[in-house]
Amino acid sequence: MRLNRIKEMAMQGVFLLTAITSIAAVVLICIFLFYNGVPAITEIGFLNFVGGQKWAPTNVPASYGILNMIIGSIYVTAGAVVVGVPIGVLTAVFLARFCPAPLYKVLKPATELLAGIPSIVYGFFGLMVIVPFIREHFGGGSSLLAASFVLGIMILPTIIGVSESAIRAVPESYYEGALALGATRERSVFKAILPASKSGILAGVVLGTGRAIGETMAVILIAGNQVQIPSSLTDGVRTLTANIVLEMGYSTGLHRQALIATGVVLFVFILIITLSMQAIKSRSEKYG
Amino acid sequence: MVNYAINKITLRQRLREYKKKPISFLLLLIVGLAALFSATALVFIIIYIIIMGVPHLTPDLFALKYNSDNVSCMPAIINTLIITVLTLIISVPFGIGSAIYLVEYAKRGNKFVKVIRTMAETLSGIPSIVYGLFGMLFFVTALHWRISLLAGAFTLAIMVLPTIMRTTEEALITVPDSYREGSFGLGAGKLRTIIKIILPSAMPGILAGIILAVGRIAGETAALLYTSGSATGTVSSIMDSGRTLAIHMYVLANEGLHTDQAWGTAVVLLILVLVINTLSAFIAKKLSSKN
Repeated sequence: MRLNRIKEMAMQGVFLLTAITSIAAVVLICIFLFYNGVPAITEIGFLNFVGGQKWAPTNVPASYGILNMIIGSIYVTAGAVVVGVPIGVLTAVFLARFCPAPLYKVLKPATELLAGIPSIVYGFFGLMVIVPFIREHFGGGSSLLAASFVLGIMILPTIIGVSESAIRAVPESYYEGALALGATRERSVFKAILPASKSGILAGVVLGTGRAIGETMAVILIAGNQVQIPSSLTDGVRTLTANIVLEMGYSTGLHRQALIATGVVLFVFILIITLSMQAIKSRSEKYG
Repeated sequence: MVNYAINKITLRQRLREYKKKPISFLLLLIVGLAALFSATALVFIIIYIIIMGVPHLTPDLFALKYNSDNVSCMPAIINTLIITVLTLIISVPFGIGSAIYLVEYAKRGNKFVKVIRTMAETLSGIPSIVYGLFGMLFFVTALHWRISLLAGAFTLAIMVLPTIMRTTEEALITVPDSYREGSFGLGAGKLRTIIKIILPSAMPGILAGIILAVGRIAGETAALLYTSGSATGTVSSIMDSGRTLAIHMYVLANEGLHTDQAWGTAVVLLILVLVINTLSAFIAKKLSSKN
């Protein structure tokens, strides 16, 4: 009997330990990133690093300014949101309210499969199909436009999934009430259901934003990677993520540390997005 | 025959309705078009890659040896298998263990549980390149594992941990409480109940989660580039560097020298990942229709 008790207690301890791994992982990631990245930021100077427009790590003297990459990431993410959010939310509306049952059985798994395609395949597809298309019709080729479009498709499944469950969570009585007041089906959905599900949809958009800003492999292949602030949609951009992958292979010393610091900046962006996501969630739990 | 359905309206009636309210019709149209776009995007990507890639699926592409003339993807497939198995060996026990703790042991409304959930959510939001950086700094440099399959597997293990954890949690929650009560009533302890009763009935859900994780592992690139590296050829031990299929694909696409082989590799990778994902969805669906 005693032995059994000990065994029970021991196993509970083991399960508790495994549960702590995710906390430990987050703490370790924070420690290692900041420990390796922050010294570079202080050496370069915070404002020179985040606000500097010149990225020339191999020059003498070298300059490490990542402002162009920060803006590049923001532009690409914004572009993905412009492409992905309207299509994603409208698709979610269709799936949740207008889709006939037999069609739903095909369409829903299809949107989920979109999430399963590896980002490198999206990148390759973009490189071989979208980029030549843009070069032919708009000029430029690898560009902000190509990256925005492909990333917009990549964040579709996230936005569709979260928005659809948000729309489905709205009580049916909202819809029925609007119908009873004489509104058409479409009007009822857009004027009664969508406003009621807006915090859930917002959560989906934020989640999609996080995906887009962190996307690496697809962006590298199609965004052009020039260190510049793009002046038009067909100009090339370099994102924070691309900067890390492109130069990490041959970098040494302060250059390498500056790349890790680029990762720190990206990580901070992601943390802000995750926190705002959790804030939206707890708010919507409170106010329903 | 008299039609008793009151709320049903015929197509003609609906069309007449729309004629009076064109904005509603427009709304329906854009909603339908958006859905059509999403579906078309998927179908177009898959079919395009298959059409372009299948002609390049030559026996040479699957030759056992890689060299610069014949960029075979066979070594990469083997490396992908090794890394997948390693990652699962590391992450599955931790993922299932933490889910068991959260569902079976932790008390409801426990602050600690909230912290774990928040952390798991944070983990799932971290982009793969940040995992790659961390793996490079921690496993490769700090632990002196060098660039190796093992370092890559540990990095991926942390990355897929939240996936396995969440799906296992959901599977455990769907096990009816009556199972637990019945087991306790027969005198079984908590541990015995978990191992003999709860885990077996939650198995399909857990399996679906694990397969989903396999899909992510197989398609991952950014997290592996600087942890398991892009060495060609087959590895002789897990402390060697070796490229997975996705990295192989990236190198081919980036060099731009072997476009044909890149298309072929894209087909292999795409079909592999799609089959894995469909399998996972299928198992999960079977489970939900059983309940």
